[in-house]
Amino acid sequence: MDCINAKFVSQKISKTRWRPVSSASLHQPDIFATGSWDNEDNKISIWSIGEHGNMDDEFEGDPQLLCEYKHNGDVMDLQFLDQERIVTASSTGAVTIFRHHQNSQTLSVAQLWDRAHHYPCDNAPCTGLVCNSPEIVTVGEDGRVILFRADHKGVMRTIENADSSTIHAVTFLRTTEVLTVNSIGQLKLWDFRQQGNEPSQILSLTGDRVPLHCVDRHPNQQHIVATGGQDGMLCIWDVRQGNVPLSLMEAHSAEMWEVHFHPSNTEHLFTCSEDGSLLHWESSTNSSVPSFLQGGRNTSVLSRSAVAPGGGNQSLTSGWLSGDSTKGHLETTHMLPSQNLSVNSLDVLDQCLVCGTDGEAIYINRQVPV
Amino acid sequence: MEEVDVEPTTTLIPGIDFTHKHLGFVWGPGDILVYETEYKATGAASSGLCCPFVHVVRKDEDIYSPILRKLFNESHHIFVGLQKIKEEVPSKNKKPQFVSISKNYRSVIRACMEELQHIAVSTRDGNLATQYGNQVSILLAVELIWNLCEVLFIEAAPAGALLLHLLDWVRLHKADVDEKAREVLQSESPAEHPAYWDLAISYVLQGRTDEARQILVKQATLQPAARGMFKLLDTLLMKMPVYNPGGTQTLTEFDVNWRHWHEECDRCLQDNSFASNRHLEAICKILVGDEDTLLEQKDLLGTWYHFLVTRLLYSHPTVKPTELHYYAQSSMDMFLDTRGAPEPLDSILLAAFEFDIHQVIKDCSIALNNWWFVAHLTDLLDHCKLLQSHNLHFGSNLREFLLLEYASGLFTHHSLWQLAVDYFDHCPEFGRVYLELQIERVPLDTERKALKVLRICEQRQMAEQVRSICKIMAKRALRNDRLGSALSWSIRAKDAAFATLISERFLQDYCARGTFSDLDLIDNLGSAMLLSDRLTFLGQYREFHKLYGEKRFGEAATLLLSLMTAKIAPRSFWMTLLTDALPLLEQKQVIFSTDQTYELMHCLEELTAGKVIPSLDHPMQDEDIETTKVELLRLALARNLALAIVKEGTVEG
Repeated sequence: MDCINAKFVSQKISKTRWRPVSSASLHQPDIFATGSWDNEDNKISIWSIGEHGNMDDEFEGDPQLLCEYKHNGDVMDLQFLDQERIVTASSTGAVTIFRHHQNSQTLSVAQLWDRAHHYPCDNAPCTGLVCNSPEIVTVGEDGRVILFRADHKGVMRTIENADSSTIHAVTFLRTTEVLTVNSIGQLKLWDFRQQGNEPSQILSLTGDRVPLHCVDRHPNQQHIVATGGQDGMLCIWDVRQGNVPLSLMEAHSAEMWEVHFHPSNTEHLFTCSEDGSLLHWESSTNSSVPSFLQGGRNTSVLSRSAVAPGGGNQSLTSGWLSGDSTKGHLETTHMLPSQNLSVNSLDVLDQCLVCGTDGEAIYINRQVPV
Repeated sequence: MEEVDVEPTTTLIPGIDFTHKHLGFVWGPGDILVYETEYKATGAASSGLCCPFVHVVRKDEDIYSPILRKLFNESHHIFVGLQKIKEEVPSKNKKPQFVSISKNYRSVIRACMEELQHIAVSTRDGNLATQYGNQVSILLAVELIWNLCEVLFIEAAPAGALLLHLLDWVRLHKADVDEKAREVLQSESPAEHPAYWDLAISYVLQGRTDEARQILVKQATLQPAARGMFKLLDTLLMKMPVYNPGGTQTLTEFDVNWRHWHEECDRCLQDNSFASNRHLEAICKILVGDEDTLLEQKDLLGTWYHFLVTRLLYSHPTVKPTELHYYAQSSMDMFLDTRGAPEPLDSILLAAFEFDIHQVIKDCSIALNNWWFVAHLTDLLDHCKLLQSHNLHFGSNLREFLLLEYASGLFTHHSLWQLAVDYFDHCPEFGRVYLELQIERVPLDTERKALKVLRICEQRQMAEQVRSICKIMAKRALRNDRLGSALSWSIRAKDAAFATLISERFLQDYCARGTFSDLDLIDNLGSAMLLSDRLTFLGQYREFHKLYGEKRFGEAATLLLSLMTAKIAPRSFWMTLLTDALPLLEQKQVIFSTDQTYELMHCLEELTAGKVIPSLDHPMQDEDIETTKVELLRLALARNLALAIVKEGTVEG
């Protein structure tokens, strides 16, 4: 944990995201954005951990604030649309695109969809968003799924009443297909090519109504998703295989707020939680498939008293597996020094990891062993 | 009642003329609300309209400083760590841990101070700069007091080592010596710098003999004639004994050595060895602890406690903790006599030298405008078992009282309330009650925030608060026509009454529209269905529709009947259920058996005989339609009964 850098920023951080690195350059990411919540005045801020002309040695690696901009309401979600544009979801229901002017180091509002999510006579928080430039999909407490295009003022598509409860997170499966998770433990697939307000598929753990808070798609395998729930459980699903998750692992002792596959090294996965911990999941396996994708077997290897899913799982996954699943081994490492305030968000890119907490600190690790 | 310790300060509220108006006020956890009343003093003329404003008077401004927020956050972390030590280490020997925690607290204060200083210098706004400057000086004082308390109470060094710690303390807080040193040493000719002798003497005053010797060498090379004199002083400085607590030398041996050295210095003075150089003579006089010479260096010493430590260093290096207060008092009197009355900081430090911890805490509470310092220091001292004998006339004990005050202040802050929770957790007597009262009042803007608050309550088995938060969220969802969310929240709260209410809404919606909304939720109720009878009915009734949709008529019919016979369905809904039975009765094959048909008939009779014709669901409907419906049902039932008898008879035959 020596390589971890902590900075106190005087605001509770709800979201942290690395600015994408252009594929041509071999640089490590050096710019990230944060969003705050629960402040009287919330902000989005851009930080740099890169080299600066007048940087003293003592500030080495310490993130420097480049610019910030007032944000109406809590920042509920935040994503980079591209190198210059940032999309935020607000607790007021607004969806905003900010532009980061890198020459002058300023931020400005490029596009604002006010009250995109709303109740008949009140604001409804927008809880999550996902970008696939130029498309933006947002979800909210009002149960709507809305599709925007960055270059269009209007709304491209709204799925009214997509959910009777709150939708907590959304991710793209394919260019026309998104997956949402809600507060009664369901995963719903939506295909924008289909008209109507019905999901094309609903998955859920049978008999389980534990709210799901986050979802991330496997970077290479579009049908594999990871979800995290209120009970801190990590689930890996194959959306083609219905109601039984590939594996189910006890990860945290409270709400899991985010889960992320490593974008280039998919044997690694990261989760953070209300219990104040950030976990690094590493599967060392002989087969080419990470062990947490290998079904119920690995759960017995886990020291974290994992819960094995129902029987028959092995046969379900064996067709998908080519290698020997018994060789799978999963290791988890705590990434943060012990503290008890919620880790609300994390992002990982290359060897760099950034996370933000309710303890008003940003932690940065530039030597993640991946 | 006890007397007040200091006269309370008066705060004037702009816009209110207090000479003519009476003020009313209400206490809040952190703030006070003040308003003008309409009360008129007798004889006073009516002075027009009342001021329409309610004023918020805030005592603690620091909590809103963005930089001090870092102090609160970082120290929270240390605080939580300290509370864990108690459980983990059973042995008595925790002192090193406590000292290291104390140092952590101080380094956080220092970091904050440096940042404030940095900002105070760079800001262009004069008012802000003054404000930051004030905060820096407060933090400086806080750190000074904390450090002294650390040395005296936590470290509790014995004679010998005590003075070494005090020296470190003075050196750390008299940092301008190092600044001066940099300035002098970087000049072209240090020995001719105007501050040269001040620097040399400052080094000696702080007992930094090596550095003093190094700088004296520079002067010696300039004055070859006086080389012998410089050499002599150099030897004296070099030979000055320093106690080494970890070494083999006992305190008595050190004392003997020191006395020899002291006599040697004294001899040099008697010999007039330094008579030709007043600076060197002054240094030598300092070495023998000559009080008049020390007092001549008032400007270099700066404070009475620096004077105290220097005086101890050169007169009583083996001072015992119990003797400290005597020297402290006399040093303060000697040093301050010309400068007037002691300031609050002076009396706080003096109280510390007297080992009067309670006086220190009390004076700090009065002098400082927030509870951060006293709460954390008291907590640490309490962990060191230094506060046991003290009881308050109110609340539980001093530690808990101060922690509660501090945490309550945090809770009034829109964002820092989360930190307060851990402080309340570690107040065994009243913490829970405070938390219960405060947590319900956290504004819940989003479900995510509600979940965080709920998690806090659930971890502490605060069932009452869990219920109330869920109810707030359920009501809000209901107001916004989000039946599904409302139901989820009442299920989480296990609030049967509210679940019933929402189930009714679902059923009403169904009767109005003929379709169910929020199927994703209702189809997935699982065991949550058992929370309330009405919810059970809702789930079962939906199950009936599902079976019917899948053309599993037999099962559907059995379920429908059981809903009535097992009294799961509310009576008001029976007519709807019976109407639902109509298409099943009209099917070609026989679905309801004879027994089942009798039961259905019984239900219908029960409904009509009691004259409770379901007017609740269809209040505006014509009596005629109801009668027709009943007639239709009777006909269908009779026909079904006939068919069933025939069919059952046939099977038997």
